[in-house]
Amino acid sequence: MEDTIAAIATAYGEGGIGIVRVSGPKARSVLESIFISVRRHRTEGEGQRERFFLPEATGETINEPIVNRRLTYGNVVDPRDGSLVDEAMAVFMKAPYTYTAEDVAEIQCHGSVVSLRRVLSLCLENGARLAEPGEFTKRAFLNGRLDLSQAEAVIDVVRAKTDQGFDVALGQMEGSLSREIRELRNDLMDLLVLVTVNLDYPDEDIEEINYEKLDESLSQIDDKLQALIAGAGTGRMIREGLAVTIAGRPNVGKSSLMNALLRESRAIVTDVPGTTRDTIEEGLSISGIPVRLTDTAGIRRTEDRVEQIGIEKSKEAVNRADLILFMVSGNEGFTPEDLEIIPYLDEKKTVVLLNKIDLGSVLTEEMILEKMPGAAVIETSMKEGHGMDLLQEKIRDMVFGGQAAQRESMIVTNVRHEELIRRASEEIHCAQLMSSSREALDFIEVNIRQAFDDLGEIIGETANDQIINEVFSRFCLGK
Amino acid sequence: MSYLMGEYDVIVIGAGHAGCEAGLAAARMGKKTLMLSINLEAVAMMACNPSIGGTGKGHLVREIDALGGEMGVNIDKTFIQSRMLNTAKGPAVHSLRAQADKQRYHEEMKKTLEAQENLDLKQGEAVDIVTEDQGDGGKRVCGIVMKTGAIYRAKAVVLATGTFLRGKIFIGESAYQSGPNGLAPSVELADNLKKHGMKLRRFKTGTPARALGKSLNFDRMEEQKGDEKIVPFSFLNDRLEREQVSCWLTYTNETTHEIIRKNFHRSALFGGQIEGVGPRYCPSIEDKVNRFADKKRHQLFIEPEGSATDEMYIQGMSSSLPEDVQVEFYRSIPGLEELEVVRPAYAIEYDCIDPLELKTNLEYRKISRLFCAGQFNGSSGYEEAAAQGLMAGVNACLSIDGKQPFVLDRSEAYIGVLIDDLVTKGTNEPYRIMTSRAEYRLLLRQDNADRRLTRRSFEIGLADKSRYDRFLKREEETEREMDRLRKTEVLPSQVNSILEKWGSSPLQNKMTLAELLKRPEINYEMLAEIDPQRDPLSWHSMTQVEVQIKYDGYIGKQLTQVERFKRLETRRLPEDLDYGRIDGLRIEARQKLDQFRPVSVGQASRISGVSPADINVLLIWLEKERRGKKDEKGGENQ
Repeated sequence: MEDTIAAIATAYGEGGIGIVRVSGPKARSVLESIFISVRRHRTEGEGQRERFFLPEATGETINEPIVNRRLTYGNVVDPRDGSLVDEAMAVFMKAPYTYTAEDVAEIQCHGSVVSLRRVLSLCLENGARLAEPGEFTKRAFLNGRLDLSQAEAVIDVVRAKTDQGFDVALGQMEGSLSREIRELRNDLMDLLVLVTVNLDYPDEDIEEINYEKLDESLSQIDDKLQALIAGAGTGRMIREGLAVTIAGRPNVGKSSLMNALLRESRAIVTDVPGTTRDTIEEGLSISGIPVRLTDTAGIRRTEDRVEQIGIEKSKEAVNRADLILFMVSGNEGFTPEDLEIIPYLDEKKTVVLLNKIDLGSVLTEEMILEKMPGAAVIETSMKEGHGMDLLQEKIRDMVFGGQAAQRESMIVTNVRHEELIRRASEEIHCAQLMSSSREALDFIEVNIRQAFDDLGEIIGETANDQIINEVFSRFCLGK
Repeated sequence: MSYLMGEYDVIVIGAGHAGCEAGLAAARMGKKTLMLSINLEAVAMMACNPSIGGTGKGHLVREIDALGGEMGVNIDKTFIQSRMLNTAKGPAVHSLRAQADKQRYHEEMKKTLEAQENLDLKQGEAVDIVTEDQGDGGKRVCGIVMKTGAIYRAKAVVLATGTFLRGKIFIGESAYQSGPNGLAPSVELADNLKKHGMKLRRFKTGTPARALGKSLNFDRMEEQKGDEKIVPFSFLNDRLEREQVSCWLTYTNETTHEIIRKNFHRSALFGGQIEGVGPRYCPSIEDKVNRFADKKRHQLFIEPEGSATDEMYIQGMSSSLPEDVQVEFYRSIPGLEELEVVRPAYAIEYDCIDPLELKTNLEYRKISRLFCAGQFNGSSGYEEAAAQGLMAGVNACLSIDGKQPFVLDRSEAYIGVLIDDLVTKGTNEPYRIMTSRAEYRLLLRQDNADRRLTRRSFEIGLADKSRYDRFLKREEETEREMDRLRKTEVLPSQVNSILEKWGSSPLQNKMTLAELLKRPEINYEMLAEIDPQRDPLSWHSMTQVEVQIKYDGYIGKQLTQVERFKRLETRRLPEDLDYGRIDGLRIEARQKLDQFRPVSVGQASRISGVSPADINVLLIWLEKERRGKKDEKGGENQ
């Protein structure tokens, strides 16, 4: 019996709808654990923009049994806390009349990277594993769904995708992430070597391992893993998309910018659930780079409690942004409100958009740089669509330093890395639990070894004899 | 002048630990079998340490026994001390080790061979193999030639030459051709095997000196006694009682190390005379002092070689230094001040094959029905040798009968791990089993070797009916008891006072005995107090019940992993597959696959140089072939 695999089946950052596909014996149960069908009352038009759905879905969730081949509307929820992840259409198709000839579930959700990845992660947490590159096609062929004449083509596809997947995994492993993983793996190796020598050489005159030592080592490793998961810099950028925050006083043209960007990317994606009316977050793709765009409510002093909360959130959004688009109005010049916002902005990651340039400008680039010497300035006109190319270029440069993007494979490998790190972390938690309840060392070793292997997979090291070689080089053993 | 001396189904060259199991297995499977040894005193000779078992190795012995081999039975007859190692750790690494009476071990094994139906044991030196054309361009072995010119015809031959093949002993500056323990080496055979196209290489191992017990002062050493409760190796024995002897622990010191360092230049090891590769896990003392210079002391065990001799084995101190240096450094050790050496330590170098030249059934790729086992395959250790010997013997029989080979995979047995490692990954040093080499260690326990293997062995005709019946009875007893424990509930009022006494938290609600047994602080024996009406259980079943229930969750988790592993393992690759025809394979993968000829996609995936993408290509290709064949058949029917 094959296991159950999941992957994002549509291209990244293109199209408003994205599909997460699950195939294998557990496809149905994966779908059932994260998808709840909703019978909704239709509510028309919400605000100026066409909204895809209402964040607090108006409709009753119902536990309708999933019907074979029927497309059902509903919510993707995180079964851990019942929180809404996305609204979606889902379909379950029973074997063998499916692409892979296995049970298949497909979840059609919003096409943003953010949304797709959350849905995919949920699938992985609920019984599926990440599909290897080309695995759906491979299964389709192995299960007889593709014609014999297509065999050569299938080999080509699978060959290319697998190579690409693994090569990129290796190619990408430069810089801090790979260094951190190597370090972590060395820690795990030290521990494994000690455990191994204790298990395999009970009669030798060697350092004994005890549970206190084990607890300590595991907890240090766990700290590092957690730090890795929390991540920072590019790691997070790639994982979640570049966090772009639009700042500026009301009516300066922020909404127009947002709409323009959304229109440009032709990838309306989603309002990420859980956001309030105070900041609106959208996932989109700019030149193929996943971007998380936040529109702030505007930062200014207020006595209004509700607005106050919104402003706090805006400050937060500004703080955690990778890139801030600060909009000022060229024809009005700096207003007192603008000047109040400036101190909150980190100049180095700020692009000042000198807007409404079509109306003539009283502000010059020099004047702006005087206030914010580290910032970049772009003249724009939302009304005439002026300056958008420059802005996109700027964003691209922020991510790739001007180099060509290898976005898709980058994101694919990233999901893989993330899953592996998450798995390693689970293994270490399990080991910690067992160590604290003083379970047998040989059982704990299994978890530590798995974590070691998971991390090894990220950096393409799976050498089995590594541990044994270390045992012999570090300890003096034998008759 | 050559002459025909006899005809056999299977001929085994060598009667060491591999040879004995090979010969017995073949004879027990009904094949007319001949075993040859240069010297019958070398039958089951323990040329190095006087012990059987230990971590990983003990597991192997259990598996050999579960399959109907002899090693477990023979050590149960002849041990003089028994210990279960690692009991403070979990059941997967509990390992049995016994000190053997070497002489008796040899005698008992020889008696068994002599008594075995279908088996002839003869002294003599085989110097060549005879091959014939198979008709398909390949060669098949069909007999052997003795030194005397005698020829024995055979349908299959097992090579188990141990360290005899072109054996060369080194003691200090002296080096001379010799088999182990002063026995004659086998030189001509090596030359002739090369003529048949076999590539041989040199490995090296060593053994410490033997000293007289009366020259040692045991008061200055730490005593190590055997276990009070003896756990037998063989599943055929329930309980054993025996008078046991002790081993003794002492340590080297800086003086010892200084003497050794001063004489490095006189060691054969550093002098460059030895070309063979020695094992890292079994270094000579000069190697230890050299490589671990900061280590202040090295431990050594003094182990008796038997009941009828005063010879003592100095475990941990093998050496290729000259005798005068040996005596000097041994005597610098507490308790060994007056030591008298009766047999000096020596290093021995020998010819062996690169196991990558073997198939998974231990058959040599280039000459069919020629099987290889033991140290000849690049392994080390009595247990590793015996395990391969048994498998080679079984497969020799199966190949004669044209039956499917008997191959254990990595999820079934340490024997599977051992052989798969050897024939798939190869080895650059004498290979020793370790529990950490096994991916599914929690399943491959020494306590359940019979559950894993006895049925399969019975099915191929090796394990006999009485062993199988015994196993079934134990199975039934174990299952019944596990079932009972899972159903029997106890109330808080019944057990809380007892639990408190054990330091185990009291119950709030009723609980099954099985649930209680899962608590780390509670074992099956203790449960008797709560469960007084239970029927007595054999020792083996008791262990099974306890381990199966206690570690249920972990075992289940590994079983799931095994399921995934098996999927690739069961995709067979045709033996004559032309990898050059498969588009999409990279050149390196093509070459490697062509050279190794893996039996399954699983095995292919473990070959270095074969990538995941290559594996996908193989899978798709296999499916293509399968459908192609189906279409052909469909065509014929129309």
